[in-house]
Amino acid sequence: MRNVVVPDAAAAVAGLRDGQTVMVGGFGGAGLPRAIIVAVAALGIRDLTVISNNAGIAGDDLSLWFRERIVRKLVCSYPRGAADFTAQYRDGSVELELVPQGTLVERIRAGGAGLGGILSPVGVDTVFAQGKQRVAVDGRDYLLELPLRADFAFVRGRVADTLGNVTYNKAARNHCAVMATAADIVAVEVDRTVAPGALDPEAIVTPCIFVDRVFASPAP
Amino acid sequence: MNGLTRQGLARMVAAHLPRDSFVNLGIGAPTAVANHMAPDSGIILHSENGVLHMGAAPPPGEEDWDLINAGKAPITLAEGGAFFDSALAFAMMRGGHLDVAVLGAFQVSERGDLANWSTGRDEGEPPAIGGAIDLAVGAKSIWIMMEHVARDGAPRIVETCTFPLTAARVVARIFTTLAIVEVRPQGLVASALIEGASLADVQAVTGAPLAAADRIATIRPDGSVVP
Repeated sequence: MRNVVVPDAAAAVAGLRDGQTVMVGGFGGAGLPRAIIVAVAALGIRDLTVISNNAGIAGDDLSLWFRERIVRKLVCSYPRGAADFTAQYRDGSVELELVPQGTLVERIRAGGAGLGGILSPVGVDTVFAQGKQRVAVDGRDYLLELPLRADFAFVRGRVADTLGNVTYNKAARNHCAVMATAADIVAVEVDRTVAPGALDPEAIVTPCIFVDRVFASPAP
Repeated sequence: MNGLTRQGLARMVAAHLPRDSFVNLGIGAPTAVANHMAPDSGIILHSENGVLHMGAAPPPGEEDWDLINAGKAPITLAEGGAFFDSALAFAMMRGGHLDVAVLGAFQVSERGDLANWSTGRDEGEPPAIGGAIDLAVGAKSIWIMMEHVARDGAPRIVETCTFPLTAARVVARIFTTLAIVEVRPQGLVASALIEGASLADVQAVTGAPLAAADRIATIRPDGSVVP
């Protein structure tokens, strides 16, 4: 029987290489896979492209990756209050692609859903329209926004079964549930793992077909 | 001409929100509107990080950091509240399902153009946009709450925004520390003025022409509005 449980965060991030693209779930600290973030920093790799809503504040959040200077490009909606990212941004050693939050998540959804992009009215007549194709539908203008995919998606769930079905805690599902559809390898850190059948099927938010690795890392 | 305090402005906006409506309060000053909503308002508050029907802030010591608002402050869930992912949260915003979004602003133009994400100057931090732009495009009615003038005295209501736009032609109403201004196809219309001020007084600190509504209400110093 399928069993995607791995022993720890190091096993969850195994195979991540220089120059790859990773999605990191979370909104602020909610849904942030902190054990995975620490494990990636320990790999000694560099030049990552990171897709995330925020850029960390301090401690063992994404700011760790900017202190370690392992990120070459950040695709993000709100990199504010992020001292370590800001320091690297200001010396020009990390590129920022700023994306409105709803467009960011919808581009990820498109990547996971096999779509060639989405048409969004957000950003029309603003700097966010620069370099994008404008498409009129029924008299309203939209921007063509291209899909986002990643080599790895790292997210935090609440409980996973050994097949890889995942539930989330309250507002911690935010970008996690969408990112979990849009990467070649999806690794989920959860409070605990259970046997198949232990989760209420109505409560499963990310079905196991999307999930490649899970491991238990009790909530801090 | 003394303007409203932040609290008075929040009270004024809260009193105007329709009963039983779906509302998003932007991060920053609009968040304080929730503190002034009547307990029986029936308003259901949406948060872009995946919460519908936010409740009050939790008592100290009972914070759950998986239950936060868009400003990343801890909240509670009201009875009947729900959680969902960010894609659905923004579908609610872009898809026209919210009745009102209340946002702060640097500038609003007479056509309802909104500039609220960047001054275009290097202020020591990287640019950040978050979800304000999605709200500005998607909610049925966009209300702005802001100081009537900037710290340097420059008008925030202008003929043309000089700061980078968040969205064009989206603002319906502007609540300021001095007035309530409606954005109409023919231009800006003042429907309420702070007590003791004339239309000419407020026009003098406004960067675009203000017409008078048929009846102009009076804004009391506490933020209440009387016909």
